[in-house]
Amino acid sequence: MRKFETLVSIAAPYNESDVDTDAIFPARFLLLLNRAGLGKHLFNDLRTPPNAKDPFVLDRPDFKQAQILVVGERFGIGSSREHAVWAMSDVGIRCVIARSFGDIFRANCFKNGVLPIALDTAQHMRVLAAANRGKPLTVDLETKLIKLSAGSDIAFDVPDQQRRALMLGQDEIGAILDEDADTIAAFEAQQKQIMPWLSVSPEPLSSFYPTHPSKDAEP
Amino acid sequence: ADHAIPTQDRARPFKDQLAAAQVRRLIENVETFGLPYVPLEDDRHGIVHIIGPELGFTLPGATLVCGDSHTSTHGAFGALAFGIGSSECETVFATQCLRQAKQKTLRVKLTGTLGVGVAIKDIVLALIAEIGTAGGQGYAIEYCGPVVSALSMEARMTLCNMSIEAGARIGMIAPDETTFEYLSDKPLAPKGVLWDEAFAYWRTLQTDDDAVFDKSVEIDVSEIVPIVSWGTTPADSLPITGTIPDPNTEADAGQRARLSKSLDYMGLTPGDRIDRIKIDRVFIGSCTNSRIEDLRAAAAVLKGRKIAKGVSAMVVPGSASVRLRAEAEGLDKIFSAAGFEWRDAGCSMCVAMNLDRLKPGERCASTSNRNFEGRQGPGGRTHLMSPQMAAAAAIFGHLGDVRQLMERAYA
Ligand code: SF4
Repeated sequence: MRKFETLVSIAAPYNESDVDTDAIFPARFLLLLNRAGLGKHLFNDLRTPPNAKDPFVLDRPDFKQAQILVVGERFGIGSSREHAVWAMSDVGIRCVIARSFGDIFRANCFKNGVLPIALDTAQHMRVLAAANRGKPLTVDLETKLIKLSAGSDIAFDVPDQQRRALMLGQDEIGAILDEDADTIAAFEAQQKQIMPWLSVSPEPLSSFYPTHPSKDAEP
Repeated sequence: ADHAIPTQDRARPFKDQLAAAQVRRLIENVETFGLPYVPLEDDRHGIVHIIGPELGFTLPGATLVCGDSHTSTHGAFGALAFGIGSSECETVFATQCLRQAKQKTLRVKLTGTLGVGVAIKDIVLALIAEIGTAGGQGYAIEYCGPVVSALSMEARMTLCNMSIEAGARIGMIAPDETTFEYLSDKPLAPKGVLWDEAFAYWRTLQTDDDAVFDKSVEIDVSEIVPIVSWGTTPADSLPITGTIPDPNTEADAGQRARLSKSLDYMGLTPGDRIDRIKIDRVFIGSCTNSRIEDLRAAAAVLKGRKIAKGVSAMVVPGSASVRLRAEAEGLDKIFSAAGFEWRDAGCSMCVAMNLDRLKPGERCASTSNRNFEGRQGPGGRTHLMSPQMAAAAAIFGHLGDVRQLMERAYA
């Protein structure tokens, strides 16, 4: 996972509420196999041609490079699809600032190096105003502060464990292997002893390594 | 691959190129990493939640995860089973574990006797209508009580399957003689000495009499009649004898708005009789209701009858082995004679990720588990119900009470 260092970027304003993960990434693209390129379908059904009269914010030339997205309340509710976050990181979005988030979406952000920040109404309005004016924001994860070009800094909350993982660029797998590998190995050894039936024996399993026809028949 | 595969015409390459690419990638991966798997040509393939138990892979006391929210199904065996996301799957492959917060506990006790024509699906829908789609959020459910003890393994799986529709990621039942009997001849279940050891352990997996739960719900099932969903969440469910509710009688403004939007999407008017709602399609299948007992129940209603004109109906067995067993029992003939299409195993029209889907505005009587907007295809309208009720709807051409057909059958 990419390290989350201090982020300085303009922010794209999309102040809508109850945007569900289907709107962020429609189900019909879930079969796509590569995470790279998913960004093409981010907000797929809301996208517009860049020269449209009222273009979608991410289609506006001035917001194309935004690494921060400012949204409304309950952003990312609905289906657990991680594609919603993958598509965002694919277009370079590293931080989403909202009034509030859907639980699973928020958890998925942390797992994929994207920082979700929830703010109260007053601070949210300040960030939104800065975004609308095209002013860059600085998101400092170390000090948990958002710095605007004018006015006081805005403090935000992020759980310590997630903050550390983001800053180290350490994903959950890395964290578990670093901290718990020995405990896991000990547990597995013990479980093999007391519940031997859970390790399926090779004999019945052998029929599941098929010398199967589909190897030749192209699916 | 269960979600994406076609349920008819499996000639390669698949017509659906995305599905073809996904299956190809899965096969590449399992071969590269030497994982055992069941290919599509094998008589043991099917929906993951159907074949896990069939193969004896699902065992009491095991911890089992899968990248699909209906993994709660496996809780029917007293396994701790729940659905996880894509990154979590990766974590499990890499580390064999996951960091989890402990769930709260919810006991659902079912008492009384099931009425004629009432299936376990009706009980689940009644439960969800009562506690709501968020009623189980943050909880692991244990189902218990005399009704649960008397249920077959297949009915128990249907019950645990829909726990997630009540918001609970986990729904489980303590293993008992019915469980052990089911497992005794499954290919991957332990054999010989290992079975004896496992059996001794499994028998200890009972909840203590004085166990304390964070929350308890008790339902007397004697009062429950066949139920269908009318709206766009599984909690929008009512007895078939009811009428479409009026959002204006809702005190809460948010709820009022949600109901109106739901009725609008479903194309229904408050006060409409539910048993007059005309349907276009019938789908019997999905990991909720596509096991042999489900197909038998539907076939018993359809035997000697024909589906209504203008209705198109299909049965999609949950696994190839269910399909073969049904064919051995002659159920395929009953379905075909009634006018149903008899398909190959897969998720099919439960999820609009393969070629089976509703067209905009089409209304479907479905034995699946989710009736969200667009779940069975963009603009499609889903009514959830039991297999016997779906069979009855096919015959009537509208939603209807299966008990009427049963009474006629007895008369
Ligand atoms: S049948 Fe439906 S609910 Fe079950 S695994 Fe397949 S898509 Fe999911």
